[in-house]
Amino acid sequence: MQLKTILTTAAMALGLATTAMAQDPTKVGFVYVGPVGDGGWTYEHNQARLAVEEEFGDKVETVFVESVPEGPDAERVMTQMALDGADLIFTTSFGYMDPTINVAKKFPDVKFEHATGYKRADNVSTYGARFYEGRAVQGHIAGSMTESNTVGYIGSYPIPEVIRGINSAFIHARKVNPDVEFKIVWAYTWFDPAKEADAAKVLIEQGADVILQHTDSTAPHAAAQNAGGVITFGQASDMAEYKPKPRVSSIIDNWAPYYIERTRAVMEGTWESTDTWDGIGAGMVEIGEITDAVPEDVKAEALALKDRIGSGEYHPFTGPINKQDGSEWLAEGETAEDGTLLGMDFYVEGITGKIPQ
Amino acid sequence: MDFGSISPVLLLASLMVAATPLLLAATGELVVERSGVLNLGVEGMMITGAICGFATAVNTGSPLLGMAAAAGGGAALSLLFALLTQFALANQVASGLSLTLFGLGLSALMGQGYQGIKPPPFPELHIPILSDLPFVGGVLFSHDPMVYLGLLICAAIWAMLKYSRAGLILRAVGENHDAAHALGYNVVLIRICAIMFGGACAGLGGAYISLIRVPQWTEGMTAGIGWIALALVVFASWKPERVLLGAYLFGGVTVIQLNLQAAGVAIPVEYLAMSPYLITILVLVIMSADRSRAPGSLGRPFHASS
Repeated sequence: MQLKTILTTAAMALGLATTAMAQDPTKVGFVYVGPVGDGGWTYEHNQARLAVEEEFGDKVETVFVESVPEGPDAERVMTQMALDGADLIFTTSFGYMDPTINVAKKFPDVKFEHATGYKRADNVSTYGARFYEGRAVQGHIAGSMTESNTVGYIGSYPIPEVIRGINSAFIHARKVNPDVEFKIVWAYTWFDPAKEADAAKVLIEQGADVILQHTDSTAPHAAAQNAGGVITFGQASDMAEYKPKPRVSSIIDNWAPYYIERTRAVMEGTWESTDTWDGIGAGMVEIGEITDAVPEDVKAEALALKDRIGSGEYHPFTGPINKQDGSEWLAEGETAEDGTLLGMDFYVEGITGKIPQ
Repeated sequence: MDFGSISPVLLLASLMVAATPLLLAATGELVVERSGVLNLGVEGMMITGAICGFATAVNTGSPLLGMAAAAGGGAALSLLFALLTQFALANQVASGLSLTLFGLGLSALMGQGYQGIKPPPFPELHIPILSDLPFVGGVLFSHDPMVYLGLLICAAIWAMLKYSRAGLILRAVGENHDAAHALGYNVVLIRICAIMFGGACAGLGGAYISLIRVPQWTEGMTAGIGWIALALVVFASWKPERVLLGAYLFGGVTVIQLNLQAAGVAIPVEYLAMSPYLITILVLVIMSADRSRAPGSLGRPFHASS
């Protein structure tokens, strides 16, 4: 696929050279952490890329490189994109944070957009989605539907985004089911179907009948389907092929409006370094169809919860909430500040186990 | 901490499943390297086998045909490597690496349209009497046929290398191809056969992941197991019995570390996550303290005129 991308780029470069210089299309680059066919995180970013192409037609040209490891390779890929004349580059994984900043320093005229990070510069914006809002809805369904009172959670890396999701899901599962326990397994990968399947199997063997995942492949769903009697949730993408069971709902990332808006800003010269963090309200986080495997009343409650979060009436982190060690984090009625959420490195009270350091 | 939630039967049973793709790929690569060829394309052949097997199983409805197609696909791809290295005398390292890149791209292309499809289930092998034994039956005799095929292939290779004339010839070609040539053996033909056998085994290993272990098709789903198989062959000092040990150790520690995590053991997760790699390498390095070494002609090109 990389070869294909290179060939496409070469073909486009040739095409550009021969057709006049009159209207230079805006060139937008995308760096993906997984393959575009992962059915999850990268798939959705690529859908948004296609939406950008559809919106602007000839006026935009997009290139992408998939399965780029987080590290020095990423820097090389971004540098190459910038050298090839990209005007705007989206780097779509947390681990690209430092590479993005490094490359951005070398190319002050190129605009960069880094997903889910917190380091910005004059030509580097960050953007992310409040997945934890969707996790609250999942936690509610998970807590209501578990019969073994054991919820398995497959984490990728112990970074704030993942920890936030665990906390949000746990808080809302406990609200409807005070006996629920979370078993958390860290896979140390975003994408490795075999390992994710193993992790899901282990959790199921140890009694979990609900599997939440913060990894990108659909392998845990396949494992749950084989085990029977286990429910799962689509992560990043709808993962609709596992409907109506085991997948009973999902969190969908919808990046298209943001990507279109930012590309337009570059075209019109109004691009500025910003920090965007949108959730259900702005449509960046969507809740996929809740299937009939979920009892009517639970479904209604979940949708009501989603609406309250979307309208801003309710914040998933509303006190009283204690930290794991029992110390007070949020007082009655207090809501969490974005700063604390962005750097979240602690579990809330009730979760067992330690966060790997 | 809750050790009670770990079931030893399930643990040992899933150990055998986790080890099988690695065992298949590593056994194949062992034969290739014993013939004096270094094929770094294991990952590419595995993933190609994974999609060939998956596509065939879905279209024909027969997982066994899928497995056969996977072996065929892996062998076909390895034939490309054989042509490059045995006739064009291309550099084996570079050819192997490009085989991996090519295999990953090719499989992604072939896999278009197969995402999210459920493959036909593999027939459960029920061995009379043995499967019903308490404990042992659950651990050893309740698997899909591929687990046993992997063991069988490994044992057959061990016996072939140790006791048979064919094994002697293979080793002669790998240790000193000039001498083997002088004795009248067709070095190139023997190596091509070994390479294709390695490709077929890698393909089976890949299809085991896409048809049984996961089971679904996702791009890049072998996620580095081919590379671990390569390393395993070296650390096992090119001996099939140690490959078996290494594969089971690696599979076992992988499964155990996930179980320990889920049970909430107070060992830092980072150590648990790296433990399969560390323990496997450590054990095999300690075992290879004897005078075992790489085949003498490993990685060297051969031409009858030289």
